[in-house]
Amino acid sequence: MSDVVLEVRDLVKHYPVRRGLILRRTVGAVRAVDGVSLALRRGSTLGVVGESGSGKSTLARVLVGIEEPTSGQVLVDGTDVSTMSRADRRALRRDVQMVFQDPYTSLDPRMSVSEIVGEPFAIHRTIPRGGRDRAVRELLELVGLDPDHANRYPHQFSGGQRQRVGIARALALRPRILVCDEPVSALDVSVQGQVVNLLADLQAELGLSSVFIAHDLAVVRNIADSVAVMYLGRVVEDGPADSVYDGARHPYSQALLSAVPVADPTVRLSDGRGILLEGDPPSPVSPPSGCPFHTRCWLAPTLPEASVPVPEGEEVQARRVPPSCSGEVPLLVGAGGHHAACHFARPLAEVRR
Amino acid sequence: MSEAPARTLMSDAWRSLRFRPDVIVAAVVLVFFLVMAAFPGLFTSTSPRRCVIGDSRLAPQGFGAEHPFGTDSFGCDLLAQLVHGARPSLLLAFVVVGIALVIGITLGVLAAYYLGWVDKLVTRVIEVLLVIPLLLAAMLLLSLFQGVDVGSGTLGTILLPALVLTMFAWMGYARYVRASVLEVKNHDFVTAARALGASDLRIMTRHLLPNAIGPVTALVPTSIAGVIGAEAVLSFLGIGVRPPAISWGLMISNGSEWVTGGHPHLLLYPLACLVVTVLALVVLGDALRDALDPRLAA
Repeated sequence: MSDVVLEVRDLVKHYPVRRGLILRRTVGAVRAVDGVSLALRRGSTLGVVGESGSGKSTLARVLVGIEEPTSGQVLVDGTDVSTMSRADRRALRRDVQMVFQDPYTSLDPRMSVSEIVGEPFAIHRTIPRGGRDRAVRELLELVGLDPDHANRYPHQFSGGQRQRVGIARALALRPRILVCDEPVSALDVSVQGQVVNLLADLQAELGLSSVFIAHDLAVVRNIADSVAVMYLGRVVEDGPADSVYDGARHPYSQALLSAVPVADPTVRLSDGRGILLEGDPPSPVSPPSGCPFHTRCWLAPTLPEASVPVPEGEEVQARRVPPSCSGEVPLLVGAGGHHAACHFARPLAEVRR
Repeated sequence: MSEAPARTLMSDAWRSLRFRPDVIVAAVVLVFFLVMAAFPGLFTSTSPRRCVIGDSRLAPQGFGAEHPFGTDSFGCDLLAQLVHGARPSLLLAFVVVGIALVIGITLGVLAAYYLGWVDKLVTRVIEVLLVIPLLLAAMLLLSLFQGVDVGSGTLGTILLPALVLTMFAWMGYARYVRASVLEVKNHDFVTAARALGASDLRIMTRHLLPNAIGPVTALVPTSIAGVIGAEAVLSFLGIGVRPPAISWGLMISNGSEWVTGGHPHLLLYPLACLVVTVLALVVLGDALRDALDPRLAA
């Protein structure tokens, strides 16, 4: 068995955009995930970060099998999921489970906690009916809830407790891989730490491998061994967590990291440390040519390569970037397992010098 | 805080319902009429068919007299008619609403869950049936089957009106259920169930239906009233429950002729029975909906 439990290769997920009342024709596609390759090592945590609309959640849904990829492969233990039989895929569902973002909508309000946590058993019949109550109590205890509250309903719990219920449900089938889609972003900051710690403890205790998706970089840093930064459906930088956090090479990652709040009132974002990105991410229906980030990149216009002479007859753009940025798609390149997809990738310190 | 181990939704509902005075009154009223429908002999010993034309349109005489509620235009005892009319009226209403609920909920959930051509088919059928005027269609269909002998039992007398009314009663439920399933199915808990590998059937019955049924339960009591009313109209036109069979609807339509003629009791007694039954159902339906929703149950 290889060291990699979950791998995606050139994963693409497009949602067709249709127009027309009677003749519905496809006029384009939302490129939610556009060629992503990632690998998750056994027992480790892969953090996926990026702003809203970068395709993180779509990636999670493809990983757990809720959505079918448009193209590309999802490999679990080296086996391509799309080549599996229905029965094998059903078994696979048990191995890859998901923790949802919003604990207020991810629990059925009409089911008691014991029904919610026990549902995986009812679906897969891994435990005979008589043993389910016991199994549910054990799971609740595992995630730090009082098993005597099993007959309560979700609305009687706080956000953090609900998220624990969601984790218990995901763990019921003893999965090997846990995909957490922004598991703490809907929670109070005071509770976030508890839930993150719980996930870390469970991972160590149960030998789980996990994909941890978040837009909060500080949270990811606490838990992740390696990090992938996504922008507009693509991975723009990935590598070991420490390497990415301390030496981000892609201008987008650098901007994200500079926006992480520092718990020190004397440090202000405006004193030259923060990098502000202008505008919203471009539409994933028609992403920019070349590097998808060039329309908002703070680095590109400052480069000497940006001031090349404009060819005859072309308008002079107000915002000028190097021709390679708007013309060529940058590849993920780098050394030591740390890759960045930027033509001008370099550590921030070097840029700022 | 300790809790009883076997707390289910139904037992919770029962617990919260049994101490509400309005629920108790409504339940007593409903049980009263159900007993009347089941055992008419308990309430009157007079036959509703024994009519003396000379005694027609007698005013109510009070209990103990021969005709406590008076007599109708044919000299039949009004109390006996009311008592014996309960069974066909209530049976018709419950049968029609029951079958319509099953059809409407099934089609509504299927349409909203699968969308695509299933949804198109169901919504088009609903739209077509909605634009056909109920009375016109009922008159056409019922007069087509007028000659068909369906027997003279209670079931026989209500069979044809029940069929026609059911045909035109399910669309409302289907639309309500479809709309709320469309809303519910986007919640993460449905995605979660799918990620766990739940079958379509399980998602529909365990997750979508319980969360989408709320608006429909509120419709049921009023539509039961509506069916009894529609049956009255059909009887009035001579194509519903036909004499000599008796129903509240038939009595209401017959009695309405005499309201201005100085005999309002011919209308008021059957109407009162109908209104009280419907009110009881409304109260029960409302309380049941609240009690079955864990978010509202305190």
